[in-house]
Amino acid sequence: MQMHAAKRVAIIIETVMQKRLTQALSSAGVSGWTILPVLGGSGRSGEWSREGQVGRGTGLVQVVCVVSPDKLDKLLESAFAVVEPQIGIVTVTDCEVLRAERF
Amino acid sequence: MLDLALNNLLSPIVLSFLLGLGAALARSDLSVPEAVAKGISIYLLFAIGFKGGVSVADNGFDLRLGATLLAGVALSFALPLLAFLLLRLLSGISRVDAAAVAGHYGSISIVTFVAATSILSDAGIAAEGYMVAVAAAMEAPAILTALWLIARGSGETRVEGDLWREILLNGSIVLLLGAFAIGILTGADGLARIESFIVSPFQGVLCLFLLDMGLVAGRGLRSGAKVLDSGAIAFGVVMPVCGAAAGLLAALVLGLSPGGAMLLMTLSASASYIAVPAAMRVAVPQANPAIYLTLSLAVTFPFNLTIGLPLYLSVAQTVTGG
Repeated sequence: MQMHAAKRVAIIIETVMQKRLTQALSSAGVSGWTILPVLGGSGRSGEWSREGQVGRGTGLVQVVCVVSPDKLDKLLESAFAVVEPQIGIVTVTDCEVLRAERF
Repeated sequence: MLDLALNNLLSPIVLSFLLGLGAALARSDLSVPEAVAKGISIYLLFAIGFKGGVSVADNGFDLRLGATLLAGVALSFALPLLAFLLLRLLSGISRVDAAAVAGHYGSISIVTFVAATSILSDAGIAAEGYMVAVAAAMEAPAILTALWLIARGSGETRVEGDLWREILLNGSIVLLLGAFAIGILTGADGLARIESFIVSPFQGVLCLFLLDMGLVAGRGLRSGAKVLDSGAIAFGVVMPVCGAAAGLLAALVLGLSPGGAMLLMTLSASASYIAVPAAMRVAVPQANPAIYLTLSLAVTFPFNLTIGLPLYLSVAQTVTGG
């Protein structure tokens, strides 16, 4: 099969910032993403679990998107403006996709 | 007072909370599914708002309603100032963190309010129905004061239009006020139609919710206690009493009933852990959320539920002659 190079960007962000992040992605020309709940983890404040969260002021989500390499810089600039002051992680990995036109 | 405290401690709702607290501290795997907890929260807000509206429909509007709303807003604006000063005196936490915490203590805890109404109901003590609207009115102003405290200290805040929409239209405010309006519009007839839904199961549902709150508080104590110094913990107990005193003063000036006075004391003594944390995470991301969440959930809420509420009721009855 013909494969096409792409970039997979995964951003863990506070739940309360999710909408702002997806708006930033849209402004960077990203048309699709997937949002996943984060079950728990450990950070500078210690271990935490989704079960212990009350309201939108706590908890994290992961936003995943796959983009063509030429869109990456604009995406990161836009996303980082949202993530930088918050609790969050941005990771970028190389990947391949079958349908280049979708990204 | 002792009788009240003992009766409160042995009530199903407090014992349910203690069960959850103990289970979490003992690291039990007991949990309430997230969706269930959300559903219970919606039920409680609707029920308390609706019943408040029915009460207002029965008793009518008067000047005291407006005055009490204004007093609630004023308290919400002012209490963060007291909280900020007290916290800075008692604890070594930073100015930004102290201001963020202060915002929580000017706002309210609807669960604490619901528990207070339950205690009044059990005791057969009436309260002004519009206290529900006062609770809603007190949710947001404290955030403004907190942001002002931070800005005054040259701290950075991120305030945008969407944030204010989220604050003013947060789910609990919309549901509380909406149900209140429905209660006013439908009155006693409306209540008769759905009484079997919002009255009969209320106490039992509240027990389950407080079980969950106990679990949350217990987990908060286990994970968040290390971020608090002894002064901050002391603040978590002292501030509710100071807030209640301010609420009592306002209630006396307004001429509220003993039940109404107790509710205003409770609102002034409680700390937000839903609406304000969400706002602070957006506006003041540099503040440490572990501090204000642990204080609100794991220190002040348990104090209010077990000791504060019977104390406020006893004082309200004594001072108002009820």
